[in-house]
Amino acid sequence: MKKFLFVNPEKCSGCRICETVCSLQHEKVCNPAHARIQVIKWESSGVYIPMVCQQCEDPICETVCPMGAVYRDENTGAMLINYDLCVGCKLCVTHCPFGGIILGIDGQIKKCDLCDGDPLCVKNCEPKALQFIEATTMNFLKRKAAAQKFSELMQKLLSAT
Amino acid sequence: MVWNRKIAYIDLTSSKFKIKTISKSLRNQFLGGRGINMYHLYHQIAPGIDPLGPENVLLIGTGLLTGIPALGAGRCDIAAKSPLTGAVGDSNIGGFFAPELRFAGFDHLMITGKAAKPSYIWINNGEVEIRDASHLWGKDTFETQDQIRSDHNDEQIKSLVIGEAGENLVRYANVRTGMKNAAGRTGMGCVMGSKNLKAVAARGTMDLEFPYPDQLLDYCSEMNNMITGSRWARAQSKWGTLIIYSNTNTTGLIRTRNFQLNLLEDGENLEPEVMDEYTIGMSGCYGCSVHCRHRYVLKEGPYAPIFGEGPEYTSLGAFGTMVDCRKMDTVLVANHLVNKYGIDTLEIGGIIAWIMELYEKELLTEKMIDGFDLSWGNEEAVYELIKKISKREGYLGNLLADGFLPAIAKIGKESEYYAMQIKGMSNLHSDERPTPSLALGIATSTRGADHLRSRPAIDLYGLPEELLEEIYGAPVSSNYTSYKGKSRMVWWQELLYAITDSIGICKFQTVFCAVNAPKFEEFSKLINLTSGMKLSKPQIMEIGERVLTVERMFNNREGFSRKDDKLPERFFKEPTKLGFPIVKGKTIDRDKFNTLIEEYYSLHGWDNNGIPRDETLRELGIENKQPLKT
Repeated sequence: MKKFLFVNPEKCSGCRICETVCSLQHEKVCNPAHARIQVIKWESSGVYIPMVCQQCEDPICETVCPMGAVYRDENTGAMLINYDLCVGCKLCVTHCPFGGIILGIDGQIKKCDLCDGDPLCVKNCEPKALQFIEATTMNFLKRKAAAQKFSELMQKLLSAT
Repeated sequence: MVWNRKIAYIDLTSSKFKIKTISKSLRNQFLGGRGINMYHLYHQIAPGIDPLGPENVLLIGTGLLTGIPALGAGRCDIAAKSPLTGAVGDSNIGGFFAPELRFAGFDHLMITGKAAKPSYIWINNGEVEIRDASHLWGKDTFETQDQIRSDHNDEQIKSLVIGEAGENLVRYANVRTGMKNAAGRTGMGCVMGSKNLKAVAARGTMDLEFPYPDQLLDYCSEMNNMITGSRWARAQSKWGTLIIYSNTNTTGLIRTRNFQLNLLEDGENLEPEVMDEYTIGMSGCYGCSVHCRHRYVLKEGPYAPIFGEGPEYTSLGAFGTMVDCRKMDTVLVANHLVNKYGIDTLEIGGIIAWIMELYEKELLTEKMIDGFDLSWGNEEAVYELIKKISKREGYLGNLLADGFLPAIAKIGKESEYYAMQIKGMSNLHSDERPTPSLALGIATSTRGADHLRSRPAIDLYGLPEELLEEIYGAPVSSNYTSYKGKSRMVWWQELLYAITDSIGICKFQTVFCAVNAPKFEEFSKLINLTSGMKLSKPQIMEIGERVLTVERMFNNREGFSRKDDKLPERFFKEPTKLGFPIVKGKTIDRDKFNTLIEEYYSLHGWDNNGIPRDETLRELGIENKQPLKT
C-alpha cells in the first residue's frame, strides 16, 4: 500500500541529521544548504519543525510548471522533476506553500524524491519525528495518541470514584 | 574536503589576518580540534605569560569529523592558557557552531592580541572580518546571538559568545552558543573578554566533500544504531544526564553540603522523573541521535517564565546537592542564570558550596560575608551570588570571581582544606573517595580537577573481568573500590577522550558510560571514510598519547609536575559517612594512590615526577621546547 512521509514536530530533537543525510545521499557532500528537508527552529522557545515536500495530492508545483516538468512517480508517490524539461523558471519554488521545492546553491531546482521509496531521513531519525508509513497506520497512530489523553483522564476519573 | 579547510590567524591588535592551509603532517600527527589546538598552545605561547594579556592565544578548532551526520559530530574545541589555573585551558562545546564554521571554510582560528574596542569576528564562506561589537557589549548570551543574527539579517548564523561574566573577566567565564551549550571549563570566556572579543559568528554554505561518501553515509547510520542500541543512550534520550543522580544518590557517590556527606537524604525532588512536569521535549546537538537535554519551561515562581535547555547532572550538583537545595525549581532558575551570564556552572557551584561551608565553620569575616545569609539551602543566596560574581559586584562577588586560589589567599590558609579543587579548578559534585580510578583521573587531568579528561565511568558497572581485559588490554579489577589495573583504565580513557575531542564527536557516544559504543577501531574507519587517512588502532592511540604529552609539556613549562597531581586532603582524612556498604567508610589510601600515579606516568612514558621522558618525546616526534635548566 502507498506510504506517506509523515512529520511529527513534537518529536523532533533538532539534531539536523535529516538535513545532512539528505545532502550526503543526493549530492555526495555534507552541506545542509543542499538538503531537501530543513528543520526550522525557534531556538529561544524550543520549537523545531522539519519542513519538507508534502507530495501533495493536487500539487501546485505541477499545476504552475509551464513546461510540464513536474510529474508523479507512480511507484513511490513522489513528485519528481524532469530536468530535460525544466527551464529553471522557479515558479514551483515561488508557489509551493511549504518551501517543499528549493533553489539549490548551484541554481538547480531540487526537491524530495523520497529516496526511491526508502527515505534516508526517516531511517536516520531516531526520535521518529519523521515516519514513512501507510495511511491507515498514520491514522491509527494519530488516533491512538489522542485516545491516550482520554484514557488517562478516564482512568483518573475511575480511580477517583 | 577536510584537506581544503583553512586556518585563520587573526590579530586583534592590528585588525589583520592571514588565511593558510592546514598542513597534512599536522593532521597526521594531531587530527584536528583539541589535538591541533594543543600543538599550537605548546608552540605559540611563551612560558609564564599573563593569561589575560594580549600575548595569550585563543584557539578555536572543529574536529576532523565535524559535520558528518553521526555521533554528535558538531563539537568545537576552544583553548588558551587558562586564567583560572595557569595550566592548559581547554574546553569543548556542542551545539551547531562547529559545523557552521566548517561549512564557512575554516577548521581552525588562532586569535592573538587585543582589540582596541569591543569587537566580534565574522566568518562567512571563506571570508574573515573583524567588526565593531560596541552595541553587543553588556548583552547577555541569548541577546548577543539574536542581535548578531538580526544585524546580518540571517537567522541561520551560529555564534560563540560571551556574557557579562566574560566581559567582567570572571576567571571561570565560559563561551556559549545556542540556549545551553557551553565551553564551560578553564575560563575561555574570560580570555575572550580580555581580548575585547564578544563573539565569533559563522555562516557557511560550502560543500564538505569526502573520499567515500556512500560508505560514509552507511557507516554513519551504523554508528548511530550502535550508540542508540545501548541502554545508557536510551536512558539519556529520556532523562538526560540527570539519570546519573538516580545511581549516585543511591550508592553514595555524590557530594552534598560541599563535601560533608556523600548522599542527599530527602533528595527525591531532584530525581530525573521530576523533570517530566517541566519538559516539553528533548533536544540534540548537531548530528546527535541521543538528544540528552531537556527543553524545559518553568511556569511559576518569581523568576518565571523561563524557557531553557538542560539541566545537566552537573547543574543538579552545583545548585542542588552541593549547596543543599532540594528543589528542581532552584536548579532550573540557576541553570538559566549561569547560561545568561556565561559562567561555568560547575565552578560557580563548587565555589558557592565552599563559601557556604566556610560560613558554617565561621571562617569568614563580616566583610567577607558581605551581608549574605550563606546558610545551606538558601536558594536566594545562590541566585544572588551568581549575579554578583558575574557582574563582579560587592566584596564577595569580586572575591569569588577570581576562583579558588586567589580566594584562599585572601580568606586564609585554613580555608584551603575545605576547597574541593585541584590545580585551582573545582571538582564535579562526584565523591571519588570510594573509587580510586575516578580519583586518579581528577588528580592527573591536565586542566585541573575534571571528569571529562579521563573518567572511566564504566568502572562503576562491575563488568566481567574478561570484558574489561578485552577493552583495556590487561587485567583490571571489576570492583570499583579496588586499585588493581585502574591506572591502565584511566590512561586508556584519557587517550580515547583526547581522540574524541580531536575528531569532534561527543564523549557520550564513545566508551564513556556505554560499553558497546564506538572506540578506536570505529574511529579508525570514520577517519578513513572522512579524510582518506589510514590510521590503525595503535596509530590512533599514539596520536592520543601525543596530545596528552604535549599538554603535559605545556604544564611542566608553567611549573606543574607531580606535586600538583594531588587530591584534596579530605579524600585521605575523612571517610565517607553514607551509602552502600561497599561505599561507606571509604577514604583514598595514600600509598596505594601514589603507586597508581606512578603506574599511570609509566604507561604514558613519563618519569616519576610526571615529566615526559626524552625517548617518549622522540617516539612521538615532539620537540622539547622547555627552557634549559641553568
